[in-house]
Amino acid sequence: MSIEIILSQVFNGLSLSSILLLIGLGLSITFGIMGVINFAHGEFLMIGAYTAYVLQKVFIGHDSGTYFLFSLPLAFLVAGGIGFVMEKSLIRFLYGRPYESILATWGLSLILQQLARNIFGANNVEVTAPEWLRGGITLMKGLQLPYNRLFIMAIAVLCVAGMYIYLYKSTGGRRMRAVMQNRDMSACMGIKTRSVDSLTFAIGCGLAGVAGSAVSLLGSIGPSTGQNYIIDAFMVVVLGGVGNLAGTIAGAIMIGIASPVFEFITTSSMGKVIVFALVIIFLQWKPSGLFALKTRTLD
Amino acid sequence: MKRNWSYIIAAIALLLLPLVLSDFRLNLLGKFLTFAIVAVAIDLIWGYTGILSLGHGVFFSLGAYCMGMYLKLQAEELPDFMMWSGLEEVPWFWKPFQHFWFALPMAIIIPAVFAMLIGIPTFRAGIRGVYFSILTQALALVVSIFFIGQQPYTGGTNGITNFQDILGYSLSEASTMRGLYIITVVVLIIIFLLSRWLVSTKTGRVLIAIRDGENRLKFLGYNTSVFKVGVFALSAAIAGLAGALFVPQVGIISPSMMGILPSVEMAIWVAVGGRGTLSGAVIGTLVVNFAKSYLSETFPDVWLYFLGALFIGVVLFFPQGIVGVFEKISKRRKAQHCLVAGEEQV
Repeated sequence: MSIEIILSQVFNGLSLSSILLLIGLGLSITFGIMGVINFAHGEFLMIGAYTAYVLQKVFIGHDSGTYFLFSLPLAFLVAGGIGFVMEKSLIRFLYGRPYESILATWGLSLILQQLARNIFGANNVEVTAPEWLRGGITLMKGLQLPYNRLFIMAIAVLCVAGMYIYLYKSTGGRRMRAVMQNRDMSACMGIKTRSVDSLTFAIGCGLAGVAGSAVSLLGSIGPSTGQNYIIDAFMVVVLGGVGNLAGTIAGAIMIGIASPVFEFITTSSMGKVIVFALVIIFLQWKPSGLFALKTRTLD
Repeated sequence: MKRNWSYIIAAIALLLLPLVLSDFRLNLLGKFLTFAIVAVAIDLIWGYTGILSLGHGVFFSLGAYCMGMYLKLQAEELPDFMMWSGLEEVPWFWKPFQHFWFALPMAIIIPAVFAMLIGIPTFRAGIRGVYFSILTQALALVVSIFFIGQQPYTGGTNGITNFQDILGYSLSEASTMRGLYIITVVVLIIIFLLSRWLVSTKTGRVLIAIRDGENRLKFLGYNTSVFKVGVFALSAAIAGLAGALFVPQVGIISPSMMGILPSVEMAIWVAVGGRGTLSGAVIGTLVVNFAKSYLSETFPDVWLYFLGALFIGVVLFFPQGIVGVFEKISKRRKAQHCLVAGEEQV
């Protein structure tokens, strides 16, 4: 095995990490702040992907390049908006009931997938990547870094930077962290915890939507696109620890690189088995993830 | 006492049904009863111990594959999918499965041992709650992908099918099917009674205590992880046995039974019937599956909406399930009864 092949696998891994990071952020924050496990999170990715698809249909013939740039913020708004409605109508009844939230959001994900199937058909659809994302930088012979994957990484870096600024430098983010650490005390200090919840959930879904737009660059998308990523995204949260940026980033990089590398060395099915075994072994060492939120409460 | 009578009546009714049901319906019911056995197993670990496993499809299928291997070797010297994959001989780990009395115990032992392999490291590391659920769900995904990938040894996506006979009885005979149905009912009754006995023992109380306050139990000096591994393995063993009963009645086992969707569905059967009540697990399984077979035949598009709505509806409106609703009604009636009686006395 030559060095170029390994490097290109690692590079592919990093772009997978970027997508997992965008999904994992929402998952981890929703769980950290509301104790809700959102199994429908993958479907918000799917919504984002279909947003890109619809936008492409609308713009077809007019302009082939820039529509994709519009699709990113639009996917954020659409997925975030639907997430906001879901929070108001369903998720808020599930606070602090993680088991129940698993079943209910799983049901939600079935409904959303079937809706997508009825609206867009059961078959996968293609989103044509814009002209300026085709090709790539050739670093050395046999090692090409495709633009679309570089672009996905750039989106992830931007989103994480945005999240960092929001969480740690803004009033809204400070409130969010406060609610995550101690909901009752935050409420006593006058924070409207309910609106923090809705906003958090919507932002998480919006990020998944952006990830969906990004995924549409890599291949065809379909009603079950979200399912392909959701389990890996959960592994990211389990590895990284709940409710913090650094853990999610570390978890996403670990899972994102390990999966394609092991799948390449062995077979695609063996690779998954190895990664799962490694996660279990890793948890022996850090049972609550890399960066656990430190509290003195005993559940 | 009243409850015991209704159990006995239900058991007798199940045993007499072959006299009235058509072969097709009976076969369907037999399949659902194997699901009910899994539901009892899930209720033990979720309803009583408070650990939600989303990977029981794996244990069910492991048991089913063990039996499937036996049935396949009965039908063909060298299974067809092995021939297509270029294998010239039955692999060594398949060979012992040609004996029924090896395959059947293995259908129970292999899931239990596998559950221990997963359970010991996770429970000992103190992984609990939803983290465990997420891990078991990942397990369901990983194992099903693994089975799909091992085409020469597992039959890949198609799984193992085309069976002929079991212990010399032809599987195409209606009488064999009736026999399998009766065996399934008997096994369900035994598992039900065993589980009821287990939750009434001291061990059962420890399990319930783990659900209600694991930390307190730890402070009292109990090693909870031993109990958790034990109940996980027991639950997996029961699920494996159910799988072994499932295969001869349905005639196929494939990775589609072990993936995430079937595993989560199994949990919803228990939730619909009522967690922490063994009869609820059985009732919920039968209700959901009959609704499924009716709806997916008549309105195939609507079925997934219904299933999704069921997941949400049960959680939001009936957290105690069907049995919970009935218990509430009968309690209210009793309370009214007392009230009326009390007034009369005054």
